[in-house]
Amino acid sequence: MKRDPTRPAALAALAFCALALAGCGGNQNVLDPHSHPERRIATLWWVMFAVAAIGFSVVVLFLFLGWVRRNRDRLPFGGGESAAVGMVVALGIALPIVLLVSLFVYSDLFVLKSVAAPRPGSTRLTLEVTGRQWFWEVRYPGTKAVTANEIHIPVGTRVNLVGKTDDVIHSFWVPELNRKVDLIPGQTTRILLEADQPGSYRGQCAEYCGLQHAHMAMYVIAQPPAQFRTWLAREAKPARPQQGSPSPGFLAFNAENACSGCHTVRGTNAHGDIGPDLTHVASRLTLAAGTIPNRPADLLEWIRDPQHVKPGAKMPNLDLTDTQFREIATYVEGLR
Amino acid sequence: MAAIDVLPPRARERVDRLERIWAERPGLLGWLTTVDHKRIGLLYFFTSLAFFGAGGVEALLMRTQLAAPNSHLLSPNAYDQAMTMHGITMIFLFVIPMTTGAFGNYLVPLMIGARDMAFPRLNALGFWLFLGSGLFIYSAVFAGIAPDAGWFDYVPLALRRFDPGLNIDFYALGLIFNGVASTLASINFIATIFKLRAPGMSLNRMPLFCFAILAVSFSLVFALPALTLDCVLLELQRRLQFHFFDVGGGGSPLLWQHLFWFFGHPEVYIIVLPAFGIATSIIPTFAKHRMIAFPLVAIAELLVAFIGFGVWAHHMFATGLPLATLVIFAAASMLVVIPSTIQIFAWTATVMMGRPEFRAPLLFIGGFITFFVIGGLSGIMFAAIPFDQATTDTYFVVAHFHFIIFGAAVFPILGGMYYWFPKVTGRMYNEPVAQASFWLSFVGTSLTFFPMHVVGLLGMPRRVYTYDSGLGWDAYNLSETVGAFLLTAGLLLIFGNLVWGRFRGAYAGSDPFFGGTLEWATTSPPPPYNFAVIPKVTSPYPNWDRQDRTEDRPRLEEGVLTLETGHETPASTVIDGALDEIVRMPSESIWPFALALFVALVFVALLFAHYAVAGFLAVAALLAVAAWNAEEPETA
Repeated sequence: MKRDPTRPAALAALAFCALALAGCGGNQNVLDPHSHPERRIATLWWVMFAVAAIGFSVVVLFLFLGWVRRNRDRLPFGGGESAAVGMVVALGIALPIVLLVSLFVYSDLFVLKSVAAPRPGSTRLTLEVTGRQWFWEVRYPGTKAVTANEIHIPVGTRVNLVGKTDDVIHSFWVPELNRKVDLIPGQTTRILLEADQPGSYRGQCAEYCGLQHAHMAMYVIAQPPAQFRTWLAREAKPARPQQGSPSPGFLAFNAENACSGCHTVRGTNAHGDIGPDLTHVASRLTLAAGTIPNRPADLLEWIRDPQHVKPGAKMPNLDLTDTQFREIATYVEGLR
Repeated sequence: MAAIDVLPPRARERVDRLERIWAERPGLLGWLTTVDHKRIGLLYFFTSLAFFGAGGVEALLMRTQLAAPNSHLLSPNAYDQAMTMHGITMIFLFVIPMTTGAFGNYLVPLMIGARDMAFPRLNALGFWLFLGSGLFIYSAVFAGIAPDAGWFDYVPLALRRFDPGLNIDFYALGLIFNGVASTLASINFIATIFKLRAPGMSLNRMPLFCFAILAVSFSLVFALPALTLDCVLLELQRRLQFHFFDVGGGGSPLLWQHLFWFFGHPEVYIIVLPAFGIATSIIPTFAKHRMIAFPLVAIAELLVAFIGFGVWAHHMFATGLPLATLVIFAAASMLVVIPSTIQIFAWTATVMMGRPEFRAPLLFIGGFITFFVIGGLSGIMFAAIPFDQATTDTYFVVAHFHFIIFGAAVFPILGGMYYWFPKVTGRMYNEPVAQASFWLSFVGTSLTFFPMHVVGLLGMPRRVYTYDSGLGWDAYNLSETVGAFLLTAGLLLIFGNLVWGRFRGAYAGSDPFFGGTLEWATTSPPPPYNFAVIPKVTSPYPNWDRQDRTEDRPRLEEGVLTLETGHETPASTVIDGALDEIVRMPSESIWPFALALFVALVFVALLFAHYAVAGFLAVAALLAVAAWNAEEPETA
């Protein structure tokens, strides 16, 4: 016990943390903002972090001084019992009131406005996201486009996102673009979605929603407006019709107790509503809500043994032959 | 009891008579029938320590799973059960029973100079019910159907449609059951603290630890009904198709959250307040200085419990509550900071004013203050609504509340174990090993929980059983797991030290640390009647009043407040602490145990939906209450 009790591994860690946050990161980083609201949130954090670091240092310094000057019956910086009580009142009551009121005004009156739901009419595009166990269904009202786990938006455009849930509570969250909103049965929630640079921004369900809460990711893909319009037009179309006689994969997909019971492929007889719409699934980046990349080998594995890839997912392991799995995979790969 | 051997004959005779009157049955039956607050405290201690072990194993399972991305050690459902049980265990089966049940029970009567709790049999009942509820909930773990919807158990995920097994029924019934035990204990504390203080101990002379327990008890009494109600509604919906939480039936899923957090936030203060109490006991002893701003600290302890009831909606900032609601609850959440800053600066001022000696208990309090400041500062950040909405349900929250619940609540518990160990066992622990165990735990805790702030800001959500690599989370998660095992080593070193001390430690004497409160005025371990003569109290630190303590000897000889003619303790007035009356205390009894057993069986019958059997057992429980009351307290 030759050292101070509070001698801070924690202080070093604080400095370390500051470096880590400013620099590195995947693409789900709260402090790597790519929109106006998220920039306000990130700034709010850095302000609070700075003040908190000072406050923490003061307390640790006091404890340290208490130990260094342990052989005096006075405060380390002079003053007796009444000065000590004065210190409690000044630092424990007066100063916190000033700081908290400032934080309240800055954060809860001003920053709050920037992250509020967009005013009606202030946005150029509305899209609907429905949280489902365990994927995100995305619709573009006014078009027939339905997709999953990928939200395309035009860059630099204010988008009105309307969130709902189909089953339990989920929480829609794309950390680099905005705060999160819970999707609660019986409620529709709105949030502003905008990205000021083209790119893909990862998001993930933030409210515990059951077995596969961990695998409920989605990407927001911000594209130049022209590209976005092209994408949306293609996404709204039905699947390309089969040329000539139907492929074996198409037949297996639509067989009784097979894929079409749960999935929709627009333009065919597959109208299932348990799993995601697969009309243009081959053009998506990932499968099973960000669980695996959308590559032929991964797709085949997913179709063949979904309960291994994503245990507990609604997609059952089907009792089919290896050839049938391959044929289905080939058909699905063609759904561009 | 070396001191008593040299007592003059008249005093000797009184002490002998007290020994006879307060003696309890020996052996196992003695433990089943005991009403001695110290033995009940020890029962709570060992039981909650066992649950701490279980909760710790669950934590290590989770941390091992999360050490690397895409790990398959646990299935998703096993992870969800471990996560849910870790929360339930640490809150309901470890921290609350440890702080109130073990520390509170053992220490409150000693600190206020009483001979027992106000309702000794109720006290025993509280313990047996707590044990029953813990075993009830843990039987689900061994059956592999433990609760799995999180300790917060949000609907609709916890409804039958999404969770058809018995998992959630164990949760709801188990927490109703557990709540009964906590409520009884709280009522007992309130009565004891208000009425059984030694004459002379007016409220302003009451130890701050007792203020903390008083505040916690009031909080529990007012917060638990919300949780109980919530669980009752949930069971009615799961079992009897009611629609409280169904949108289709006119209900609301948010009703669950409001009721849950109306309990759940006061719960946070219920967890940390006793720890504050422990800190305010240890600091003056080792700083050798009375608490600076004593009345302010006492008021702060009560105030934090009160304001804590007005902040629950800050757990729901992302649920789409109206803007005005958000702002009001954010303001209240900021207000609740003030009582804590008062205490932080009172503790540090006391350390600075005194001549602190950083032995193990004070080291743990130093760690506690450090962690509490970190957890408190990150807590303030959640009152900034936009930041809360960005980081809620991420690991940043996990970091925050573990700095509070582990750093600020468990560290004082650990320090308190060292501090009162000589009082309870009469022996000393090993000081150098104790200091090493502190540093190991301190580093382990920092390494486990600090990186969670960073991964949270890097976007890692809570309650995920696994995660992908490539998001920048891997190294932090690995460090957290390493930290968790270091921390485990630190904890094992602490318990090893205490076990060693119990059998091999040097004899401690009655007051090895020169503590200021009354528990140090009696022998170690204290006799069944606590004090041969009810101590005279003229200040908040009566054991530092040498004049008063030397007067105890002649008072024992003359028989002033020795009460050796019956099983009795003095009661005093609520505010001034003036002698009010002499209360006869009930004798030991098997009926609290029997009643708890019947109540446990009622819950088992309810679990399996045998409602008629449950009714029959409830009648049996009522008969046990009758038998309990029929038995006359015996006098020696």
